[in-house]
Parts: sequence; C-alpha cells; structure tokens
Amino acid sequence: MENGAMKSNLYLYKKKIINLIMLSLSVLAAVISIIPLIFIIYYTVSKGISHLNIDFFIEMPKPVGEPGGGMANAIVGTLIMLGIGGSIGIPVGMSAGIYLSEFGKNKFGNVVRFFADVLSGVPSIVVGVVVYSLVVIPMKQFSALAGGIALGIIMIPTITRTTDEMIKIVPQSLRETALSLGIPKWKTTVSIVLKTAWKGIATGILLALSRAAGETAPLLFTALGNRFWSTSIGQPIASLTVYIYDYAKAPFEDWNNQAWTAALVLIILISILSLLFKIITRSRYNIKQ
Amino acid sequence: MKFFKNKNGSIYTSNNLGDIFFEKITGFFAAVVLILVILMAYEMYAGAKPSIEKFGWGFLVSSAWDPVREMFGALPIIYGTIVSSMLALLISVPLSIGVAVFLSEIAPSWLEKPASYLVELLAGIPSVVYGLWGIFVLVPWIRNDVQPFLSQNFGFLPFFQGPPYGFGLLAAVLILSIMILPIIASISRDIIRSVPHDQREAALALGATKWESILIVLKEVKSGILGASMLGLGRAVGETMAVTMVIGNRPLISASLFDPSYTMASAIANEFTEATSDMYISSLIHLALVLFVITIIINALARLLVWSMDRKWKTVR
Amino acid sequence: MLIVDKYLRTIKNNTQENMLNKKSILILLFIFFTSGYSFAQLQLNGAGATFPAVIYTKWFDEYKKLTGVQFNYQVIGSGGGIRQVLEGTVDFGATDGPMSDKQLLEVKDKRGTEVLHIPTVIGAVVISYNIPGVGKGLKLTGQVLADIFLGKIYYWNDIEIQKINPGINLPASAILVAHRSDGSGTTYIFTDYLSKVSKEWQIKVGTGKAVNWPVGLGGKGNDGVAGFIKQTEGSIGYIELAFAVHNNINYAFMKNKNGYFIEPSFKSVTAATGEILNNMPADLRVSITDADGKDSYPISGFTWLLVYKNMKNEEKANALVDFLYWAMDKGQSYTTDLYYSPLPNKIIKMCRNKINTITANGKKIK
Repeated sequence: MENGAMKSNLYLYKKKIINLIMLSLSVLAAVISIIPLIFIIYYTVSKGISHLNIDFFIEMPKPVGEPGGGMANAIVGTLIMLGIGGSIGIPVGMSAGIYLSEFGKNKFGNVVRFFADVLSGVPSIVVGVVVYSLVVIPMKQFSALAGGIALGIIMIPTITRTTDEMIKIVPQSLRETALSLGIPKWKTTVSIVLKTAWKGIATGILLALSRAAGETAPLLFTALGNRFWSTSIGQPIASLTVYIYDYAKAPFEDWNNQAWTAALVLIILISILSLLFKIITRSRYNIKQ
Repeated sequence: MKFFKNKNGSIYTSNNLGDIFFEKITGFFAAVVLILVILMAYEMYAGAKPSIEKFGWGFLVSSAWDPVREMFGALPIIYGTIVSSMLALLISVPLSIGVAVFLSEIAPSWLEKPASYLVELLAGIPSVVYGLWGIFVLVPWIRNDVQPFLSQNFGFLPFFQGPPYGFGLLAAVLILSIMILPIIASISRDIIRSVPHDQREAALALGATKWESILIVLKEVKSGILGASMLGLGRAVGETMAVTMVIGNRPLISASLFDPSYTMASAIANEFTEATSDMYISSLIHLALVLFVITIIINALARLLVWSMDRKWKTVR
Repeated sequence: MLIVDKYLRTIKNNTQENMLNKKSILILLFIFFTSGYSFAQLQLNGAGATFPAVIYTKWFDEYKKLTGVQFNYQVIGSGGGIRQVLEGTVDFGATDGPMSDKQLLEVKDKRGTEVLHIPTVIGAVVISYNIPGVGKGLKLTGQVLADIFLGKIYYWNDIEIQKINPGINLPASAILVAHRSDGSGTTYIFTDYLSKVSKEWQIKVGTGKAVNWPVGLGGKGNDGVAGFIKQTEGSIGYIELAFAVHNNINYAFMKNKNGYFIEPSFKSVTAATGEILNNMPADLRVSITDADGKDSYPISGFTWLLVYKNMKNEEKANALVDFLYWAMDKGQSYTTDLYYSPLPNKIIKMCRNKINTITANGKKIK
C-alpha cells in the first residue's frame, strides 16, 4: 500500500520536474532568440549615431580614400526606386487581390494564388537576373527604372495576398445590403468593401514597401549605382542598401562608419513607412456592423 | 433589379457594363501575376540553354568551377547551399518551437504582445544590415573566441579543422539561423494558437502537466510546424547578401565548418556583372534556374503543409 | 491606375477635414512617383576595375568640378568592365587585364565598332599581410609566393620564408590566404606573374581574371580583400599599392628577375616599363610583370580605359575625348600622390594618337 503511494508520488514528482525543465527551456529559447536582435539594434544605433550628422543627408560620396562625404544620393535613390516599384506593385497587387477575393473562387483564382506564393518565395537575386535580361540589356543601360521594376515585382505577391485576405474578411452582409440598394457590383467593391478593408490592405502595402526598401541583391545588376546626384530614371542610381554593402567590405574605416549610419537611416526609413501609412489610414472608414 | 448568381458563387446585379469591365480588368492583373512567373522561368531557361546544352545534368554533379577553362560544375556551390541551410534549420527549428510555445502558451498577455512584436522586428531587418553586423561583430567573435575554443577542445573532429578565418561556413550558418527564426516562430505560434482550447483543457482535466498538454497540441500540429520550417528553409536557400558578406566565397566541398564556402545565391551576386564569356553568364543563369526550381519546390511543399493545418481545424470547428 | 482613380473618387465623398489631409499626402506621393522623370545633366556611365578606383574617382571628381560633366564610375571589377562594354550597357569600361583577341572580335561583332585600350596609369600589385610584430618589407620570392597560394606553404614560420628573412621573427601560425572572388584585372596581373615564375602554377591554375584557386578565401574587389587583411591576423593577399598605403597595411618586397628585393613604389613601377618602352604593341595591350631591370618591381601592370572607337552619341563622345586628353595631361599629376605611376612620355604620345582616332557617328572630334 505504501509502496504504491510512494511510486505514484515519484511518478508525479518526475512529471513535475520534466514540466519545469521543458517550460524553462522554452523561456530560455525565447530569451536566446531575442539576444541577437538586441545586439543588432544596439550596434546599429550606437555605431550609426556616432556619424549621423547633417553632412550624411546632404553631401555626395567623396573619392575613394578621402574621408567625409555623405549619402544624399543614395537616400533619394532608394526613395525614387521605391516610388517606381510602388507605382507598379500597388496597382497590380491590389487589382489582382481584388479579383481573387471577389471573383476568384474558381480554378483560375487558385492557380493565381499558388503562383503568387511561388513568386513571393523566389529569391530576390533571381528577380534581379531576370530584370537584367528583360530591361537592362534591351535598354543598353543600367537604370533606376530597371531597379524600380525589380522592386515592384518583389512587392506584387505580398500586396496581392494581403489584399485578397483583407477583402475576404469583409462580411458578405455588407455587400448584399449595397447590392440590394441597387449599387452595381464594381461600385460596391470599390466604394464600400475597399474602404472597409483599407486598413489591412495598407498594412500589406507597407510590409511590401519595407521589404523592398531593404533589398540589395536585385539592385546590383539593375540600378548598378551612382556616385553622383541623379534623379533620372533612365540612369544608374545609388541606393542605401548597395552602399551599405560596398562600404561594409571596404578597408576604409570612415566608409565602415558610414555603412553603420546608412544602416541606421535605412531602419529609420522602414519605420517611417510604417508611421506614414498609419496616419493615412486613420480610420473614419470603418462601417459599423 | 435582377439578381444573378455567377458561376463563381458571387452575386451580381445586372449586365452592368461597369461590372463586366471591372471583372475583366482585375482579372487581367491577376493574370499578370501568373504571366510574370512564367516569363521569369522562360527567360532563365533561355539564358541557361547554352550551359544546359554543354553540361547537361553533369552541371549539378561536377566539381570544377573554373572560369579560365570554361568548365562550370556547380556541385560545391549546391553543396554549400544545402549544408548551410540545413545546419541553420537544425539550430533554428528547436529554438523557434521554443519561442512559439513560449509566446502562445506560457507568456502572459502583457508580455506576449511586445515579445511577438520583437520577433517580427527581427524579420524586418534587411539582409544587408545582418551582413554588416556579421562582418563587424559576429565574424571577429567567431575568429577570436569561438574558433580557437572549438579547435582546442574538439579539433580532432573533422568539422572543426583548418585556420581560423572567422569568415566561412560557421558564420553563414549562424547568421542564417538568426534570420529564419522569426518566420518559423511566428507561423508556428499562429498554428499552435489555432488549435481549439478544448484539447488542452481535456488533457489538463485528466491530470496532465502543462508541458504534457502542450506536447499533445504539438503532436496535432506536427505537419504545420514542418511546413513552417520548410518556409524557413526556403528563405535560407535564397538568402543572398548576409551570406555573401560572411561566407568566404570559395566553392569548396569540405567537412570543416571553419572553411570558406559558397552558395548559389552568393555565386550569382559575386560573379554576375562580370562573367566575361557567354558560357560563364549562361552557367550563372543556369545556377539561378536551379535555385528558382529548388525554392519553388520547397515553398510549394511548405504551403501545402501549412494549408492542410487550416483545413484540419476548419472541420473540427 | 483604375483603382487609384476610384479611390480618389471615394475620397471626394469625405468630410472636409479628411479631404485636406488625404489630398495633400496624395499630391506628395504623386510628385514622388513622377520625380524620376526629370532632366538628366550630361552623365557618362562607366564600370570596371577596382585597381585604379582610387585615382579614377579622384579624376572624375576633379573633372566634374572643372566642367560639370559627370562620369559615373562603378567599381565592379575588370571582368565586369569588359562584360558591360561587350553588352553596350556602359559608355566606357576599365580593366587591368586586357581583353583577349577573341573578345575584341566579339565586341566588334556585337557593337559594330572596335574597342580601344587606352592606358591611363601604372600601378603595383603588392603582397600585403597582417602579421603581428612584422612590419613592412617582408622579403618574398616568386616561387615562395606561388607555393603559398598553391597551399604548399601553410605556416608563416615555414623554412622557405624564414630562409629569406633571417632577421625576422615569424609566428608559428597558419597563413590565411585571401584572393578575389570577382573577375579581377588585379588577379590577372598577379596570376600572370605567378605563371611566369612558377611552372607548377602555370600548369595547375594558369592566368586569368578569375581562376580556380587552390586555397584561400574570396573577397570582392580590392577593397574587399584589403578589408579582410586589415581585420584578420595572419592573413596575406594581393592588392593595389594605393589600397595598402591608405589603410596602413604592410606589404612585401619582391625579388625581381635580376635578383634584387624591390620595394613597390612609383619609381620601381616606372622602372618596370623600361623593357617594353621601345616595343609597345600598336594596340597598347602589354604585360610588364617580371620585367627586366635591376630596379623593376616585378608585379606591376598597366590599367586601361576601354572606349568604343566609334560612339553613337556626339555629346558623350566629345566629353569622353576631352576627358581622355585631360587624363593624359593634368590627370597624370595626381598619380604619385595617390601611389600610382604616371605614364612615360613615350606612351602618352601613343595614347594621344589613339585618342585622336575616336569618332562620333563617323565624324572626327574637334
């Protein structure tokens, strides 16, 4: 009798210990995973801030070996290519997403969804290779346009899928009410459904823009790079990401420092994108149920 | 007002011209997505053709990447890609599951929200910034602390031999595991959360410890977590900048983690603008094609696994 | 754009307050999206070698101050320069490893015009290293160097290295070899030299801008390799002199053909041209590694600008020719400060003659 009680006590004890160990391991895993993040943010901020001055934003890069200079052209370059990419990616992505959610419950729709997922998994360098053959070679020119197109292609799948998902969430009753009032389907979708889903769609767009802003590989052989100020889409153009890459592996300490600053500015830019969209979509659009 | 039911199941009002246009135009853009992928595949195939014709399947198994003699064999490069990604998965998956469990089961809600946010922040950091940090923080640490330690204590193993460059396979594996962790962790967390609570409560009612109830949930979502891991694998395979900046850029098949290595993505990034002969460029496009195919297969399998999770729980509800 | 139109329309249906906010942001976005369509001032795009990057970027900076014309030079390696010239995506290229006969024929075929090699400066490929306790001036021979890069010598205190450096205390640590991962003219000059001084190298590896390296780690660009050497103790690599000096990286004195250990400097590099001065080929492509002459530095090389003999854009052609004449004249005065060697006068004359043959749409320039 006592034996039985002891055995079951031991059994319980063992279970409790395993429980404790495993749960602590899980907490440990979470802590370990956050450590690199903290390190990266810490280094980027501390090293980046030390050289963050007004020069960085208004000066051009200096010749190899001379200290000083800035990355004004790179900041503008990144913004311009995001603009070009956005003007391709947003309309295409949103329209495709609208089609998928409103008309796409058929085979064609499923195929498109699958291909959108495929596209989002394609490494960005492969996109760069394709845009090189399709745009750079025929144009006989590296250009901001080619870089922008590559970024746009990268943005499309994210925007398509989020638009699709966000519009799906809008309750069917809303559409039915509008239709019963005599509003044609297209107007319903645009004026009412879209307005309701706008916040979610904007998050998708912002995600896509952030991802594109951080891309380097596809720009290496489309936009190439530019040591001078340029806003023309038909010419090569500088970008923050490519500069970080070039300056990081350089032996010049001054360049290394500028790379950290560029990384900081890039991360701040990505955060600003987030705030910008939050402001735009401040919500007077939510129709109450 | 006439109401019609479309073959899609959606309802529309009449033969309004606007409606027809709307459907056609948005449909066109949807088709653009399709066309884009097909166009990419076609372009790469066309570009890779000379290389495919010259080397055939031998491209994948021969070891010489020799631009001087125009002999291009991708085996060491494919080896580098596979080994770096697999090892990164090995490190990342257990950690991710730990994080996912922590976020969905253990953390109180005031902690869970900021912690989840932090994990997603990790995913948003650009690859090149990871690479920058890799060059100036991770690599010196590996060169000065990790490699000597491993050499002294485990140097008899073939994995820890060779001069301490700092750069090399080990650095690439570590950086990749940090980069893919957020993806695997957030998807796993979402999957675990989607399991209805009755499962856990039933287990607890029967006297299971918290960990045992979690184990039961994990068993249910096995394939979903597998899918999440595959998505992570897909990202690791295609990762370019961070890897190029720390991996040492030499095509080499070696057991040692200390040796430099090369992945398909870094080979293309390093050599594409300068491949001087047509065959060289064609071989690089051939690599891009192989990379493209591999990521499609991995991602397709991954999506299937994750979608199957959705369907499973839909029926239970 | 249909969607944006519709969105714009729905915005009109809003309250006054929202409208102001949204409209102004949209206008900003519109300007942002279309800002790319602005006028370009005259800009020529070039790409290529990292070897002369220090002086080319200086030249283009100075030239812009003088004339306002922008020469956007992207350092992607000599192989890249040649490739892009072949494809026609740049206005000029730069390389330290000359184009082969095959490539010259190819470009004539593809682009419809010949490509001229215009030498601009001469530089030294130095063997740099980072050995704690060892300063500048480690002595090395071609044979020992080849053996290091073949992987046959792997410790710093190997007897072969110690033999030629009796007074220096070399550590018993591994030699961490670095080479270029990209298509490099610097690699071309380096491997050209190694092939001349080591039969084994010539057979096993050969000469080229990108070769099948037996050992070592790949860095991208002269800057990538210099960066690696600077940060890694025990490392060795080959970079252009300017990169070594600017970064306080130590470099070796190489034994030349005549048996002397020579310090790389603009003097010893100029001395290396003595042998071929009277034998320059008409197309100006020539190698000066392992040159004769007791003061010659054995790993020296020319670097060339690759220009199309007939350019399609007159404005660009005029600017390019003007720049080239400036480079031959004023430009040469910047060389020694930046650790390159100016071209000997005889060669400058040959260059000017070559530049004179450049045409724009068949018409002569100036």
